[in-house]
Amino acid sequence: MKKAIITVVGKDKVGIIAKTAVYLAKADINILDISQTVVQDYFNMMMIVDLGKTKKTFDKIGAELAKLGMEMGLKIRCQKSEIFEKMHRV
Amino acid sequence: MINIYEVLETNKMIAEENLDVRTITMGVSLLDCADKSLKNTCDNIYGKLTRLAKDLVKTGDDIGREFGVPVVNKRISITPAAIVGAACCKKPSDFARIAKTLDKAAKKLGVNFIGGYSAVVSKGMTPADELLIRSIPEAMACTERLCSSVNVGSTKTGIDMDAVRLMGETIKKTADLTKDRDSLGCAKLVVLCNAPDDNPFMAGAFHGVSEGDAVINVGVSGPGVVNHVLKSIRGADFETLCETIKRTAFKITRVGQLVAQEAAKRLNLPFGIIDLSLAPTPAVGDSVADILREIGLEHPGAPGTTAALALLNDQVKKGGVMASSYVGGLSGAFIPVSEDQGMIDAVEAGALTIEKLEAMTCVCSVGLDMIAIPGDTPASSIAGMIADEAAIGMINQKTTAVRVIPVAGKKVGDTVEFGGLLGHAPVMKVSPFSCEAMIARKGRIPAPIHSFKN
Repeated sequence: MKKAIITVVGKDKVGIIAKTAVYLAKADINILDISQTVVQDYFNMMMIVDLGKTKKTFDKIGAELAKLGMEMGLKIRCQKSEIFEKMHRV
Repeated sequence: MINIYEVLETNKMIAEENLDVRTITMGVSLLDCADKSLKNTCDNIYGKLTRLAKDLVKTGDDIGREFGVPVVNKRISITPAAIVGAACCKKPSDFARIAKTLDKAAKKLGVNFIGGYSAVVSKGMTPADELLIRSIPEAMACTERLCSSVNVGSTKTGIDMDAVRLMGETIKKTADLTKDRDSLGCAKLVVLCNAPDDNPFMAGAFHGVSEGDAVINVGVSGPGVVNHVLKSIRGADFETLCETIKRTAFKITRVGQLVAQEAAKRLNLPFGIIDLSLAPTPAVGDSVADILREIGLEHPGAPGTTAALALLNDQVKKGGVMASSYVGGLSGAFIPVSEDQGMIDAVEAGALTIEKLEAMTCVCSVGLDMIAIPGDTPASSIAGMIADEAAIGMINQKTTAVRVIPVAGKKVGDTVEFGGLLGHAPVMKVSPFSCEAMIARKGRIPAPIHSFKN
């Protein structure tokens, strides 16, 4: 399993999760977990996904998600999960 | 499993608090490049560097993109050039040719600095060491990315005062030869005592002879992150203050450890060390001075500054050591003046003097760093400042350094613009009283009594 974390930050609106999920499904990326919260009126979502099956490169996924985010007026980032695991776990 | 608050915290550190990996520095031994012919030596150096480090910049950028944390600088440190060129360099200009070769390799590879145009002369100078030191002004004038350092003392050996005197003169000459660029050459030239062999930070980085053939060292940073988290605990007691810095240093260092291990794996080289330093940049909020203010000082330089910095330095080490399997380099808090907007503000407010900075160097990880001084400061006074710092390092068994820029044609109150990471600096006052007769003495200061631990 190649885990990555996708974060979506921006103003809340209809269809954020739907559009992101459609992209991931088409790219053969499995969603393992979704959580979301609102901080200071900003919508924050985190998806833990598995990149094990997708044929796309990490860079391409990152760039396409960033573009999708721009179209919705949001910031979407895709990062390998180790940075969070290392920082917050001893 | 990772939760959303932890993910948001990490990304906020990166996006808003300037968390980054300051440098991936590849240390490369050039001992096997030495040859009796200068041309062969230069060819060997260029060949080895461009072969070993050909993927360094790309790897750094790839890792940065994949983990979402900026890897700001990709750099190289080499075996002290005085050793590499000892067999083939007969005059200072021979060494300058090696300097040009290193600069050419740096440009070809796309690294922004290459360090190790250095001599380690803590007890005495070989003819090659002296030739290299005498070539530094020319080398700094004819290169862009080369960094030079000279280690003039250590706790084990004492201080080589002949080298100290020569470095005072060398800094002056370097300032003069680069006067068309506000004496920028001196911003890439540092004089050290107890220099570590594995420091990834410039200008003092070199790949010591105790190191292997090639190694990946990483310097982490993050004064902005520490500053931000301290804002949330204003007025708390010292226990809370120290715990908070320690925890934050741990998190910052973990990112460095991850990046270092990943870079080492991808470049197929051993992982050396993490240097867990708080290294400021001129960017707003990326300041060690701001942390000192947040601890409770009106400006760095106020009474209490040394204590605040000592506390900060120690907590950074304590948090960082736990986060990394190998810690080395300088590791602590850097207090450069020109690279830290808060320090510049403190100087301009009249709060911070060179004498107070000297006291601060007793408890931080380096020394008098990136300080612009008047262009007419005598070489002997610069040598005196070097001797003072070396003495602090020697007696306290720590690294100390001097990187001062006697800016040609500038006086106290003028401002110098170095640009980029090197920032800008107000020209600071140096004591007008002379130490010339002391500096004129030949020989060395013996090793201190506590060096005899055998």
